[in-house]
Amino acid sequence: MIVEEKKSDRAQAAGKEPEQSAVKLIPVYVMGKRYEVPEGFTIMKAMEYAGYRFIRGCGCRGGTCGACGTVYRKPGDYKIQVALACQKTVEPDMYITQMPFFPVNRASYEFSDLTSAPEEVFKLYPELFRCVACNACSKACPQGVEVMDAIAALKRGDISEAARLSFECIQCGLCTSRCFGELAQYHMFQLARRIYGARILVRAEHLADMVKAVDQGKYDGILNELKNMKEDELKELYKQREVEPVSAGENWQPEDTRYL
Amino acid sequence: MAVTVSPKRTRRRFVSKVRELSGQNLQLCYQCGMCAGNCPSAGRMDISPRQIIELARLGLDEEIAESKTVWTCASCLACTVNCPRGFDLSKVMEAIRLLTLRTNRDHVRPEDISQQERCDLPQIAMVSGFRKFTG
Amino acid sequence: MSLAYYPGCTLKTKARNLEEPAVASLEALGYELEEITRWNCCGAAYSLADDDLIHQVAPVRNLVRVKESGMSQMVTLCAVCLNTLKRANLVMKADEEKRNTINSFMDEEPDYDGEVSVVHLLEVLRDEIGWETLSEKVRRPLHDLRIAAYYGCTLLRPKDVAIDDEANPTILRDFLTALGATPVEFPEFARCCGSYQVMSDPDGISEYARVIFDSALSHGAEALVLTCPLCDYDLGRGQQVLMKKDNSFRGMPMFYFTQLLALALGLGSEVCHFELNHGDPESLLRAKKLLS
Repeated sequence: MIVEEKKSDRAQAAGKEPEQSAVKLIPVYVMGKRYEVPEGFTIMKAMEYAGYRFIRGCGCRGGTCGACGTVYRKPGDYKIQVALACQKTVEPDMYITQMPFFPVNRASYEFSDLTSAPEEVFKLYPELFRCVACNACSKACPQGVEVMDAIAALKRGDISEAARLSFECIQCGLCTSRCFGELAQYHMFQLARRIYGARILVRAEHLADMVKAVDQGKYDGILNELKNMKEDELKELYKQREVEPVSAGENWQPEDTRYL
Repeated sequence: MAVTVSPKRTRRRFVSKVRELSGQNLQLCYQCGMCAGNCPSAGRMDISPRQIIELARLGLDEEIAESKTVWTCASCLACTVNCPRGFDLSKVMEAIRLLTLRTNRDHVRPEDISQQERCDLPQIAMVSGFRKFTG
Repeated sequence: MSLAYYPGCTLKTKARNLEEPAVASLEALGYELEEITRWNCCGAAYSLADDDLIHQVAPVRNLVRVKESGMSQMVTLCAVCLNTLKRANLVMKADEEKRNTINSFMDEEPDYDGEVSVVHLLEVLRDEIGWETLSEKVRRPLHDLRIAAYYGCTLLRPKDVAIDDEANPTILRDFLTALGATPVEFPEFARCCGSYQVMSDPDGISEYARVIFDSALSHGAEALVLTCPLCDYDLGRGQQVLMKKDNSFRGMPMFYFTQLLALALGLGSEVCHFELNHGDPESLLRAKKLLS
């Protein structure tokens, strides 16, 4: 089980009288069971309030790690909705279940062996070609990624486009849980972004130049100087620093250009 | 091939499912064999396309299941356009394939396709192959 | 003039030698192929089951994209894409119950009822440009090149989406004639290449190829013209297998129809991507002084 229901006194929330606090309690259903939880709580907080203790299905609590994919439905609506439990606030009478993990095929590969050829993806994930463009994946994405379009791009061998379209993917796996063709979209996208980043994206020459300059010790002197400064001197230096004006044009340069 | 025929068999769910999925009236066929004559895959089949129709309408699904014929059909429709009875055998072949595929049994497993073939086969072959061989 | 264009997946990788000469040729003829946005794979093999609507969704979605762009016609180069898109379109046009179900399933898309027409580039050449105009634009006639007019399955079957008479098609013959080539008609012009059977028995595909090549050869063809990347793969692979197995087997080069078009219009061979063809088409072209 992804969550454990802790039989604490708070777990009796369903029967708890609201006079204990000034907050308004609203009913929600977690895996079919009714609980009353404070309005304004996120789904994750609400579940914890109801007595669940997360040992999986919870990570950053900031909407970026993808651990708390959640499926819910509201009364009077046949549509399945998706959210991240740490981001979505509860609404009255919503039926909630978490879907933090889905058993999918993740290919293993030695990245250094991979080229930028479209066939690399075909080779590792041949089931890619079972997509029927039903679009259930895009509808299930809490990040608004056009999942189906990114899969279409992979099918035609356009790794760059797939990497671009899937940039916001946080790998929660909700797309996969809804997939008619049993594809592991988010693992395919990760592969695409890796290939794109390492083999396709044009390297910034100025960055390489700067890394080389750092390597050659361009900043060693000033760094050592800073390291040996007393706290007061550092503070003074910080106060005296030259700040780029808000209205500075593209060609603005500081007076001291030694470190550019 | 000796087969046992009985009215009970011809009323089996298999027969009605084939009829339903294919939209074809199996009794239309008068077994002329035009389908087999035009079929580019017939040489690779163990039961001829004509016999498939006969077995299907007699409810002999075990015999069909043991044969590789429906999996050898390429859906080229040579049978369909040449049938003097206007019978669409390609749809019957598809219906019989689907009766297996829809029970979550694949004819070709993606993981069994060699890495080399996955690179060599064009997307059009992979997509159409999975459409016909996986459920 | 601009034509809404549906490429299909394989044309972006292994069949660039089908797409790129088409784009260049149409430009030379005063047309622009405008690739539709956000297209997805058409599904390749059309589903033949009456209750199977999910496999109609992919082709219909592409037709919705064309409708959204305000175009009323969509051109394909790949014969299989044409077939699948056209048959799905027929369902949306003619079957009200299925249309309603598919439209309500795709509730994120505008409703569609079959208003876009799907045509193959050969039809554009025949019906919009015309063989006469085409032959006037030919700069490098393909004289003395005997080419078997191979249709395969999907341009001609089933009848309700065929681009020509199933039993006696003339469109490829007329096309080849307009380019100055010598069309070779042969009995196996519409025999299946084996299609998706290549997935379950890759080398067994050669049995389909043998009949087609033997027939084309015995009728005097020097090469085969194709409209489909699956035919290209199956026949190309089949031919390789046969040549390895059987010393007496003689294969022949294969061309996409768009490569012959570009060549005849006098375009540079770099748009034809002959390096992606099976066999050695360039030797034949050099022997005929069509390539330097």
